[in-house]
This record gives sequence, structure tokens and C-alpha cells, in this order.
Amino acid sequence: MNPIKSLIRDMADKHGRSRENLLPIMQAVVEREKYLSEYSMIEIAKQFDIPAAEVYGTATFYSFIETKPAGQYIIRICKTITCAMKGKNQVLFAIQDMLKIKMGETTPDKRFTLLETNCLGWCHKAPAMMVNDEVYTELTPERVRDILTGYMKINEQNIN
Amino acid sequence: MAISHQLKRVDFIFSNENDWEKVLSATIKKKPTDLINELISSELKGRGGAGFPTGLKWKLAAEAKSDAKYIICNADEGEPGTFKDREILSKVPYKVLTAMAVCGYITGAKEGFIYLRGEYKFLQTELNKAIDEFHYYCKEIKFDFSISIFMGSGAYICGEETALMESMEGKRGEPRNKPPFPTQHGYKNMPTVINNVETLVHTFTIFKYGAKKFYDLGVQYSRGTKLFSVSGDTPKPGIYELELGMSLQDFVYEFGDGDTKAVQVGGASGFLVPRKKFKDAAIGFKGKLTGISLPTGGSMMLFNSSRSMYNVLDNYLEFFREESCGQCTPCRVGCQQLLLGIKAVKRGEKPASYLDKLLRLTETMQLTAKCGLGQSVANSFSSIVENFQEEMIY
Repeated sequence: MNPIKSLIRDMADKHGRSRENLLPIMQAVVEREKYLSEYSMIEIAKQFDIPAAEVYGTATFYSFIETKPAGQYIIRICKTITCAMKGKNQVLFAIQDMLKIKMGETTPDKRFTLLETNCLGWCHKAPAMMVNDEVYTELTPERVRDILTGYMKINEQNIN
Repeated sequence: MAISHQLKRVDFIFSNENDWEKVLSATIKKKPTDLINELISSELKGRGGAGFPTGLKWKLAAEAKSDAKYIICNADEGEPGTFKDREILSKVPYKVLTAMAVCGYITGAKEGFIYLRGEYKFLQTELNKAIDEFHYYCKEIKFDFSISIFMGSGAYICGEETALMESMEGKRGEPRNKPPFPTQHGYKNMPTVINNVETLVHTFTIFKYGAKKFYDLGVQYSRGTKLFSVSGDTPKPGIYELELGMSLQDFVYEFGDGDTKAVQVGGASGFLVPRKKFKDAAIGFKGKLTGISLPTGGSMMLFNSSRSMYNVLDNYLEFFREESCGQCTPCRVGCQQLLLGIKAVKRGEKPASYLDKLLRLTETMQLTAKCGLGQSVANSFSSIVENFQEEMIY
């Protein structure tokens, strides 16, 4: 069976098929696949016995539920006021320059997706970003290059 | 620089939590009505920003007749410039859990949830460990209350209490009409107490030391202490617990960089206060305070003279435009038009008088938007546009 299909079914079996479990299941799929595909939405709708449009409507409301394919590491850089004041743009340029992608894009090797996000709650240590669930604060162009180099190395090790 | 004598630093919230077991077992031996009266006499008001009296909220939920009731801890801290709840949950989680359980005891609820914003997912593992230990102790003293975490997924509006409940019910996080209020019809239509993380911790302090210790701090109508999240152009950004009712002048004296042009009190949905009004502004809820009184969820962002207030407003409006849930027209279209409007004035495509039209639009939003998001855009918009009009035009 398709691994996502079985994940959805197992989670529905375990937690139940009431509507309160919809968001947790979508979150679990996104954790596994980095995004919620149309296929997954239809599978979830079947399991919950609700229209697929309801699943789509809910999914697209939440900025952390991606509905198009994303890279292995999703970078979310905070663009809200304090981070903007404390040099977020320089950090962003450093990321774009290093990964050779623009805002909203994914690297051709599907490793990194670059997104902007609203206040992450680290204003006293601005600028801040998240890479998947990990938070990085007090960023500078140098520091962000080191951080991304670290992520690239993880991948190289996995490939070798 | 000398420390201002007006600002009183207090250390209740982050102080020792190791006695939570003692506090819990002692508190749940008291009568619920006595506890409610204690809470009401402390005059604690909600610390998320809206300032609803906590004792009254718990009382209403306790009086509601229902088979099932719920307690929700609102940890969807998304207001720009606020980061105190994250610190509370990572440093003193047991205080939050204990307060939720006591609230359950008082109101008759057996189940509680912490709605944790997706941005704080890194807290989840540690918090779950604390919850496990908490459950273990509850079992030991034969007290029936369970808590679980519900993860958010990146939506500012879900900090609005009814939007949060919609989200927990697996729907789009769109605010409901009020009334009915959550104390009657909340999560799954059952009576629900929903409190901010910090509010819950204050109840812990009150149950531990008694209402008087809390009430003696602060000023009339604004009792007790508050956590302030200080950021922006300040030499000492961070989280500070201060007595309510302080003047903004003293705050700036303590936290400013010597060149403070304006302070945004209460985040993007709060008010911007320019330098000339610092001495007239006090931080607290409306009432006895003379001059301008500013309620706040604790976000204090300082701007020095190098900052363009146009850029600040532009940033806020982009934030609101993205975070508006889109359900009601005044907010959905209003946020878009305000942003387009100030850009057009800045580019010279619209005359300066167009700003007055935009101000009237914010008044309309204040009157007609369904929830606090659309209603409060007027706060920052009018306080910035009226005080820094030249910066909007030139």
C-alpha cells in the first residue's frame, strides 16, 4: 500500500475519525512528506467521510500546511517588524545567494525551500528563522551561511 | 544610567515552581466558591491583551450546567513583539499545568488543552514530559484531570479564542459570533474556560500566596504584575516582569537607547505612542489612570529616530493583510485597501487628504469587523498616521 495512505489510515485508526483529528493528521502527513498533496487530501477525506473540499479548505487556511511540493528543509525567515529592522534583508540575500533560489522557490535538488513568515516570537533576538522545526536567532549573513552549510553536510553524509 | 525609581521589578512568574504539588493538593482541598472569590478579589484581568476579569470568567463557567466542560490554555502567541508565553512554557510549565487543573476543579472540567502555536513546536517534547509527570501526580492524589497539547499550524488569527476553538475542531480558524461566549458555548459547544498562558500563572501566584499579595501591586483597575516583551531599539531586549500602571516615560528611561522616537505598545494591534506623549501615557487598563491608558498583552517595541514610521506601518499592514482570515469583508478588503492606500500616497498617486479617507475606513473596520483583528487595525493605523503624517507623505 502507498506509505502515505497507510499513514493516514493508521493515524485515523489510532486517534479516531472525528473532525478534531483532522489537523493533527494533516500535520503528520506534512511532517512526513513536507506537503499535503491532492492525493493525501482525498485519502483523508475518504477516511473522515467528509468532502475533499472541506479538507482542502482547512488545509489552505494554515500557513504551515504546504499544499505544493516543498524541499526536505523548509526555511522560514521572519519578516515582521523587529526582524525587518534588525537586518533580515541582508540575511535573506545571503540565503538567496547561497542557494540560488528566490523567495517561495525550492532548490532543484529538492533540499531547501525558502519562505517568509510572520512573527516567530524571537523579537528580542532578531532576526530569526526556522529550518523545519528548529529555530535560529540573532542571524547575520555569516551565521546563516554556516547554518546552511551544516544542513548541506548532513545531506552529503547521507548520500555517501 | 540610574534605574528609575518608578519601575518596580517583580519576580513572581519565573520564581521557584518546585512546590507545585503542594500548591495543587492544598488548593483542591478548598471550596470552589472560596477560590473564585479569592480570584475575583485579586482583580486579575486576562493577560493576553483583552483584559477580561479572570475570576468572573471562571465563575461563569462554573455556573454553566453541562456534562462536559473544557479548559484551554491559549499558547498561540502571535502578536508581533510578544514572546513571553514561550518563556513561561519553557521555564515554569508546572505552574501552567497546576493552574489549569485548579480551574478544572473549580469549574468541573476534567480535560484541558494547551493550544501551542506551530512556531513553538520545539517546546512540545519537554512540555509533554512535564504533562506526563503531572498526570502521574494527579493519579497519586486521585485527582481526575488530563491535559494534552494541540498543535497550531501557523495562523495568527487562531489566538482569537473562538477561532482557536474552530481550529481545534478541525476547521478553518475563523472567529465565531459573540455572544454566545465560550463560558457557555465553547469547544465542541461545551462551556470552556480559555486563558492566556500568563493569566494562568498569575492564578497560581494568587492561590499560593493569597489575593492580597497580588492586589497590593499595580494601581486601581490594573492590579498585579505583567510580563513585558521588550524589543526593537533598546540596549536590553528581553522579558521583564513589572508592576502595572507605570508611565511610559519611566519605561523609556529604563529601556530606551537615549534616542527613542516612539513606542509601540501592545504589538501591531496596539498603539504607537510618539515621544511627546510619553509622559501622559500609562500602561494598564482603562480607569483611574490619568491621560492615555494603554492595555497591552505585553509587547513593547521601541523605535529610535533612525526608523521610518512609514516602513513600520507598511510592515504592520502587510502582516494584517496576510493574517486576516478573510471571513468578513471589512477586515479582508479593508486591510488590502489600507496597504494599497498608503503606498499610493507615498508614491504621490493620491493626495495627502487621501489619508483622511483611509482613517475613516479604519473607523468603519473598527465598527463592523467581526473580531478583534479587523477592529484593532485602527489602533496602530490612526496612531501612526496622525502622529507622523509627514512621514506618510514625503
